[in-house]
Amino acid sequence: MSKILIIAEHDSNTLNPATAKCASCATAIGGGCDVIVMGSGIGAVAAQAAAVEGVDKVIAVDAEHLAAPLAVNLAAEVVAAADAYSHVLGPSTTFGKDLMPRIAALLGVNQVSDIAAVTGERQFQRPIYAGNAIVDVQAPADAKVVATVRIASWPAAGNGGGAAVEERPASAAASEHTRYVGIKTAGGERPDLQTAARVVSGGRALGSEENFAMIYKLADLIEAGAGASRAAVDAGYCPNDMQVGQTGKIIAPDLYMAFGISGAIQHITGIKDAGTIVAVNKDADAPIFEVADIGLVDDLFKVIPELMELLG
Amino acid sequence: MKILVGIKRVVDYNVRVRVKPDGTGVDIEGAKMSINPFDEIALEEALRIRESGLADEVVVVSVGSNECQQQLRTGLAMGADRAIQVDTGAALQPLGLARTFLKIIEKEQPGLVLLGKQAIDDDNSQTGQMLAALWDRPQATFASEVKLDGDTATVTREVDAGLETIEVDLPAVITVDLRLNEPRFVKLPDIMKAKRKPMDVIPLDDLGVSPDGVIEATGFAPPPARQKGIIVEDAAQLVAELKNRGLLA
Repeated sequence: MSKILIIAEHDSNTLNPATAKCASCATAIGGGCDVIVMGSGIGAVAAQAAAVEGVDKVIAVDAEHLAAPLAVNLAAEVVAAADAYSHVLGPSTTFGKDLMPRIAALLGVNQVSDIAAVTGERQFQRPIYAGNAIVDVQAPADAKVVATVRIASWPAAGNGGGAAVEERPASAAASEHTRYVGIKTAGGERPDLQTAARVVSGGRALGSEENFAMIYKLADLIEAGAGASRAAVDAGYCPNDMQVGQTGKIIAPDLYMAFGISGAIQHITGIKDAGTIVAVNKDADAPIFEVADIGLVDDLFKVIPELMELLG
Repeated sequence: MKILVGIKRVVDYNVRVRVKPDGTGVDIEGAKMSINPFDEIALEEALRIRESGLADEVVVVSVGSNECQQQLRTGLAMGADRAIQVDTGAALQPLGLARTFLKIIEKEQPGLVLLGKQAIDDDNSQTGQMLAALWDRPQATFASEVKLDGDTATVTREVDAGLETIEVDLPAVITVDLRLNEPRFVKLPDIMKAKRKPMDVIPLDDLGVSPDGVIEATGFAPPPARQKGIIVEDAAQLVAELKNRGLLA
């Protein structure tokens, strides 16, 4: 029977919803499921993790040198705890993508990236080629499964659970060769792209950073997260953390509205799981219309103000 | 300082890959092949570091059959000093690749290893992190800025919450993101020059790497298709449609 360890992602105050999504994946695999929370001053986060439904136990490793999410320090703690588990899961966020392969290598196993569906205890489906193919994979029977969970594919588990919290000391000392300096966040009040129910995105057609403000205004009006195509980020219209697509964020909002985004396959792969895709583009031949549920062939500079007026 | 750059031969990013009708794989026969775009950015960064005087040699490494020599030649044409092909007909998975790179590192003793943050075919995003773990050295993934100063590198990383900065001691593994730089175009004379640059071929078997614990692919399917959508005439119709579907209040 499986015994699964989930690596919690958090910012010291709040558990990232990706963790509850990993719990849904763990439930699909079956067996027992514990969560490990690592950080400094993580009492609140551990309590949140204990409330995630499907979790049997929370392991809280509280140490000063774990305050920053450095893969080298976190991997050492996970490896120390991994003996008791058949599966180690983390989210397919940048946090998980950075950390999980380091853990897998230390445990001497390959990693299953981006679990989109579970078809057996060690059988999964994952996208490859920017989502143009779904591959069935079988992890070896005699080794641990280390995997990232494609969070756009999973609902968050509920928060009515009541797991026990077990505190453990850190087993390794701080790395001497890697030091955390800091983080610069755009610091907006908008909903997080990866969990927002609605997302409004802009592309290169916005033309400038100033014009991109239209996207923010519309997003705020309908309480949506704000996203962007790679072209818009590369052009400097908006920060990198807004990029949606194969190499940016893979998202699954109920409503995705794309303005002036042509729809390169690398972008489409990031929005395929959205409930409803709306595309506004003045080029009727733009590939975005192939995946749009509702299309409007028109100039975004005309449509956005009209929408603002109709919805305001 | 020597910089090692990993290069993977992949289906060009403009090719729309399709699953074979019998579900045994993806049909890439005759497709245009290129250097994985992230690896190209890694190489560009290595070349810029060398051009700034902080490194004296850039070595490109690829693991695969003879065909990957094409991509290594392109790397040499971009400006790498020499190339190493680790020759194997097998498609190694990230752990096997990381073990292979470690063997090359033991031989070459680079001060820095630059890799792409992911390959655009299997989209794994693992090899760099695994290599750093096996090598017991720092990893700085998803880099959008790299500053070298003596024995340390300050790396800005593109993470979900914004831009994170870490400092690592060298040698280290850095995996690069899209906005680190824009790779140069290869010029014809450079292609001619590249033909005379050294290319070592090392059989994978000679390195004693065990590719165990392989994750087996048992079937391939196209992604579920989305239902065909509708076209509306104006903003008012769009809003009406969204309200109709309960997506806007």
